[in-house]
Amino acid sequence: MVEIRQLYKSFGKVSVLEGIDLSFDQSGIFAVLGPNGSGKTTLIKCILGMVIPQKGDISINGDSILRKWNYRNHISYLPQIANFPQNIKVIELIYMIKNLRSQSAQELDLVEKFGLQPFLDKKLGNLSGGTRQKVNILLTFMFDAPLIILDEPTTGLDPVALIYLKELLRKEKDRGKTILITTHIMNLVDEIADRVVFLLDGKIYFNGTADEMKSQTGQRNLEHAIATILKKEYY
Amino acid sequence: MIKILKYSFYDLMRSRWSYIYFLFYLILGFVLFFLNSDVNKAIITLLNIIIVLTPLIGTVFGIMYYYTSREFTELLLSQPLKRSTIFVGQYLGIVISLSLSLVVGLGIPFIAYGVTRSAAVWNFSSLLFIGAFLTFIFVALAYNIALTFNDKIKGFGFAILLWLVMAVIYDGLIMIVMMQYSDYPLDNFALAAVIFNPIDLSRILILLKLDISALLGYTGAVFQRFFGTSMGMIIAVSILSVWVILPLLRIISVARKKDF
Repeated sequence: MVEIRQLYKSFGKVSVLEGIDLSFDQSGIFAVLGPNGSGKTTLIKCILGMVIPQKGDISINGDSILRKWNYRNHISYLPQIANFPQNIKVIELIYMIKNLRSQSAQELDLVEKFGLQPFLDKKLGNLSGGTRQKVNILLTFMFDAPLIILDEPTTGLDPVALIYLKELLRKEKDRGKTILITTHIMNLVDEIADRVVFLLDGKIYFNGTADEMKSQTGQRNLEHAIATILKKEYY
Repeated sequence: MIKILKYSFYDLMRSRWSYIYFLFYLILGFVLFFLNSDVNKAIITLLNIIIVLTPLIGTVFGIMYYYTSREFTELLLSQPLKRSTIFVGQYLGIVISLSLSLVVGLGIPFIAYGVTRSAAVWNFSSLLFIGAFLTFIFVALAYNIALTFNDKIKGFGFAILLWLVMAVIYDGLIMIVMMQYSDYPLDNFALAAVIFNPIDLSRILILLKLDISALLGYTGAVFQRFFGTSMGMIIAVSILSVWVILPLLRIISVARKKDF
């Protein structure tokens, strides 16, 4: 479904991605992990066309997506920082994104699930960080796109919302979707991810299942497995 | 594009600053028209205010809007939209809302004063036209600066500096050069100097329209002598249009290549 070939990106002198080769060819949940500054967000933004790579190609369903925009009709993206226009109400933002995409959306279910009903008429500037993140999640999941990309979806969520999020991810996966997710919460990865891609200094350090990663590093949980890799590389 | 324009427009229309800007013109209009016995004098006072203030407000709003809506722009960029659609849409949203504050803010007192009572309606309209034109130019320039500098402070600094140079320092520099080289023929230099400053150009355009040669100044007089009044006006409007088109083209080209 998504194929990345020899992707290079640097910002000025800082090289962020150094020849990434990666493909997500079936449905499932793929966790992109890595320490801060390892290039996770840059990789995701390249897929979205927000960052333009210097070299390499990305194709979705066989078509190169570089410098195109139409393909984004088939992607739902949850950005890392949910910072919306302050003067707009939640309900207006929902309508606005629906209107911009000209696609049908299933938002009512999500509003109820995340308890956003009382906030619909509030301005986004007056919402707490967690509530804003819930709105962010709602905007992502209300469309029926085959590819879902989530950048740190758990930020600021309370446990109840977190449970709903996991439920949502499983449901979407069962419907045959490809879900890319970056996170620092290893429990989440352990629980839901089918495959783990570990980025280190702009290269793919590991690509396999969470269990493989644990056995390779001789650790019993993912957090320690990753810590082991990082210690070996950095300390 | 229309959708983005609409949302940016509504977003700004809800901001307190749009109302302050609108109220400022409203009060200014009432004060000038009703406390001034001569409409033409009021228009000249307005000219002097508009010619400095619209570029300043355009610059500040343009730069602030870009930086404060940056995360939201990222959200838009992840949607199935062309980049040029997003940025040109935002640009038009800002420009239209600011121009509306100007036109409605000054228009209400003018209508209240009585359009029919005054022959100055065309002069007044051209003043509003110039104000809107300057807004188009300076918001475009501000957006260029904002797209070039990711650092908010740097961008803001450059934008204010640009306004300061165009509105204040430029004239001073030209004057110094003219005094230094007063022994030489400076007509061509003066003409070129005018072309590179939209504020000067607007001032000349409106003075040509008002037909007040006494206020034209040296550059304006050269301009009038060189092109004549009507040709001068056409040329001035054309150059002002270039001042909108070129920055707008650069917005599109920079936005296409930029990483977000």
